[in-house]
Amino acid sequence: MSEPALQRDADCETALVAALQAAREAKRPLYVRGGDSKRDVLGRACEAAPLDVAAHRGILDYQPGELVISARAGTSVAAIQAALDEHRHMLPSEPPLFGGSATIGGTLACNLSGPGRPWRGATRDSVLGVKLLNGKGELLNFGGRVMKNVAGYDVSRLQAGAMGTLGVLCEITLRVVPQPEHSVTLGFELPAAQALTMMLQRAAQPAPLSAACWVDGRLHLRLSGAASAVRSTAQQWGGEPVADANDLWASLREMTHPFFSGDAPLWRLSLNSAAAVDNGEETLIDWGGAQRWLRAPHNAGAMHAKARAGGGHACLFRGGDRSGEVRAPLPEAQQRVQQKLKHAFDPDGLLNPGRLYSWL
Amino acid sequence: MTAPEALSPDRRTALADALRHCLGAENLVEDSESQRPFECDALTTYRELPLLVALPSTPDQVRAVLQLCHQFNVPVVPRGAGTGLCAGAMPHPQGVLLSLSKLDRVLEVDPLARFARVQPGVANLAITRAAAAHGLYYAPDPSSQIACSIGGNVASNSGGVHCLKYGLTVHNLLAMTVLTVEGEELKLGGLGLDSPGYDLMALLTGSEGLLGVVTDITVRLLPTPPLARVILAGFDSIAAAGDAVGAVIASGITPAGLEMMDSLAIRAAEDFCAAGYPRDAAAMLLCEVDGTEEEVAQHTGELSDLLQRAGASSLQVSRSDAERALLWKGRKSAFPAVGRLAPDYYCMDGTIPRGQVSRVLGEISELSRKYGLAVANVFHAGDGNLHPLILFDAGKPEELRKAEAFGGDILELSVAAGGCITGEHGVGVEKLRKMPSQFGQAELLQFEDIKHAFDPGLNLNPGKGIPILKRCQEYRALPARHEHV
Repeated sequence: MSEPALQRDADCETALVAALQAAREAKRPLYVRGGDSKRDVLGRACEAAPLDVAAHRGILDYQPGELVISARAGTSVAAIQAALDEHRHMLPSEPPLFGGSATIGGTLACNLSGPGRPWRGATRDSVLGVKLLNGKGELLNFGGRVMKNVAGYDVSRLQAGAMGTLGVLCEITLRVVPQPEHSVTLGFELPAAQALTMMLQRAAQPAPLSAACWVDGRLHLRLSGAASAVRSTAQQWGGEPVADANDLWASLREMTHPFFSGDAPLWRLSLNSAAAVDNGEETLIDWGGAQRWLRAPHNAGAMHAKARAGGGHACLFRGGDRSGEVRAPLPEAQQRVQQKLKHAFDPDGLLNPGRLYSWL
Repeated sequence: MTAPEALSPDRRTALADALRHCLGAENLVEDSESQRPFECDALTTYRELPLLVALPSTPDQVRAVLQLCHQFNVPVVPRGAGTGLCAGAMPHPQGVLLSLSKLDRVLEVDPLARFARVQPGVANLAITRAAAAHGLYYAPDPSSQIACSIGGNVASNSGGVHCLKYGLTVHNLLAMTVLTVEGEELKLGGLGLDSPGYDLMALLTGSEGLLGVVTDITVRLLPTPPLARVILAGFDSIAAAGDAVGAVIASGITPAGLEMMDSLAIRAAEDFCAAGYPRDAAAMLLCEVDGTEEEVAQHTGELSDLLQRAGASSLQVSRSDAERALLWKGRKSAFPAVGRLAPDYYCMDGTIPRGQVSRVLGEISELSRKYGLAVANVFHAGDGNLHPLILFDAGKPEELRKAEAFGGDILELSVAAGGCITGEHGVGVEKLRKMPSQFGQAELLQFEDIKHAFDPGLNLNPGKGIPILKRCQEYRALPARHEHV
C-alpha cells in the first residue's frame, strides 16, 4: 500500500465550506465523494455535481495510550491502518480498504464493516466524535475524544450509514483496539444449514470467536485473542487449521472473493443470525449468520419479504437498477421522521439527494 | 410553537377523566400526597409535583396516554425506575408523569440467536437473571442495576463498570419500539445488526426521553465468561495510580473493568464493608479480567507484573468468586460509604482523556482546598469517567452554593481537558446550564432542530437535556432554578 504515503496531508476545510455555501446560493445539489470507492455500491445513483473530500486528509491526533485516533475525513483507511499497525492497534470494525482508495469519511458514512463486526462492533460503534458541515454550511462539532459522552444527542453515530445525506463529514474520531495477540482460523466441510447451526452454537460459547463465515461449502471460524485461550479453544473445537486465513478474511472484507465477481446483482441480507438458510440459493454467509449475500436478479419485493421474515432487511448492494429504490421500504411513519430529520440537517436538500432513498 | 400553558380547571378535569377511563382509577395518581414518591429521581435536590401520574400497564395504554396528552397539549415526562442522577425524570408541574414501571415483562429470551426482548420497566439485572439459565447475560451493568430499568438505560445510554470491554447500552441493543409524542409507533432496528435508513436507534439512545417513549426493547446477550478475577493494587500517590491506568490501557489487554478510588473513598469504603482495601494507600485500582481459564490466568499474570512495575505498593488477586465479590462490594458501595462522611454529597460525572487523570485529579484537589469542601474520587478510570463526590451540608445554604460552584468548575475542567460534562449520568435538569461550556451555539441549535423534527410542540420531557435557545419564552417558562429542599 504505497499510494497513501504519496498523498500529501492538507486542510481543505475552508474550501469545503465555501463550496457548500456556493452550492447553497445556486441551489445546486452536491454528491459528496471521498475516494469514490463506493460510488456503485450500497446507495442509489446520484447525479449531482461532485464535492470532493478526498484531498482533505491527514491524521490529526493519535495517542496510542488513549486508544483514540482523529483524522480528516479524506484520510485513507489504509493510511490510518498503517499508523495503527506501528502500535499493534486496529480499527475494531475491520473496514475495507478497497485498494487503498477508501476514506475514513466514506467508511463511516457507509458504515461498512469487516468479518469481525458481530464481535468487535461496526464503524458505527467505534465513532466517538465528528466535525460535520451541515447543509446550512455550518461546521459543527459533536461527541469528542473520550469513551463516554452522553451530553446532547449522539449526532456522530447518526452519521453511520447516512451516506453523507445529513452533512459532509470533515473530521472523525474513532476508538481503536489492540490487535489480538494470536489468531487461528479453523475450517469445516459442511452444508450451509449445518454450518449455520455450528456458527450459532459456537457463538453462544464463551470463547474468543472473532469471525464466522460459510462459503463454497466450507465453514470458517476465526479465533482471536490471548494466545493461550485461542490455542485451547482451537484444540476443543477441532476442524482443520486454515493456512492462508488472512487472505480469506481480507477477500471477504474487500469483496475480492470470487463469489463477489461478475455482474450479477448482489443482494445483501442483514438478518437474525438464526434465520433459516435457503438451500439452493447461491449464498455466502458471514457475520456468524447475520449477513447473507445472494447473487441473482431477484425480484426486489420478494427479497424484502424474505428479509423481513428473517427479522432483518435487504439491500440491492451492487448492480441491478440503481435508479430505483435499493433499500427496504420503510413504513410511512418512519419515512416521515426520516424526512424531518434530513430537513433538520439539510433543509435545502443539497447533500446527496436520493442516495439513500428517492424520497430522502 | 408556544409553550404549553397550564390547563384550565375544566380541561384538567377532562384530561384526568379521560386518563382514568383508559387506565382505571387505580393507575392514575391524582392527589399530591400519593404523588410524592414520583417527585424526583435519585438526584433528590430537584423536586416537583406533576399534574398527574399515569401508570399504564400495556404499550396500548402508553400510546393512549401520549395521544391524550398530545390532544390536551400537555407535557409528558417519561420515568423508568427513578434511579437517574440528573433530574431527568423530574416531573413537570403542568404535565403528566408517565411511569413505565408496570411494563415489566421479559417477553422472550432466544438462546440460539442470543437476544432478549423485554418491556422498558424490566430491571437491568432481571435480564441477566432471565438469560442466565442459557449461559448468557446482558453486559451493561450500571451500579444501580438491581433497580434501574432497561428503558431508563436506553434513555441515558447507561454504562457501568464493564463497559470498557463490553460497551454502553447503545452497543448492546438490537431493536426497539418507540412511540412518538403523537403516539405513533416506530419500529427501529431489527434482529440483524443494522437497519435501512438513518440509525434512529442510535439517536434515540441517550436522548433522555426527549424524542420518544420506548415501549419494547431487544437487547443482545453475550456468553457468560466462565471466569473473572479482580486485581487490587494500592499506590502511594494518585499520579502513580494514574500512570498505571495508562500502562494497562497501552498493554494490549482490555480489562473487563478498571476502577480507581482515592484515599478518602478507600477509607470510607473500608469502614463501610471491610473489603480488605489498603487503608494507607493514596489511591487504588481494581482491575478485572474475564474470559476462559487460560486467558484469565495469562492476563492476571501479565497485568500483575505490569502493576508491580508501575510502582504498586500492594497487590492482591482474587482467589474465589466470594473474594472477588467482596472486593467489588467496596467499590459498588462507595457512594453510600462516602455519603456517611457528610450530611450530603454531590456526584459529578465528567469524562476526560485517560492520560489526563492525574493532572485533573490534582486540580480537583486544589479546588477542594479553595472551596473548603472535601471531595472523594471514585471512578471508571479505564474510560476516564470521573465521579468526584463533593461533601457538603445542605443545611448550610452557603455550602450548597459552594458545592454547586465546585461541581461546575469540575465540569469546566473536564471540558478544558478535552472531555465532556457527563459520561453516563446525563444532562437532565442538572447540567442543562452547563451545555454551553461543551457546545457552541450552532451545535445547540442543531440539537434543537433535531428535537423539533420529533417533537415540534416541545412536550416530551421539556426543560431537560438540551437548552432551547430559539424559543426564549419557553426557556423562561421552564423551572429554571429549582428550590432545593
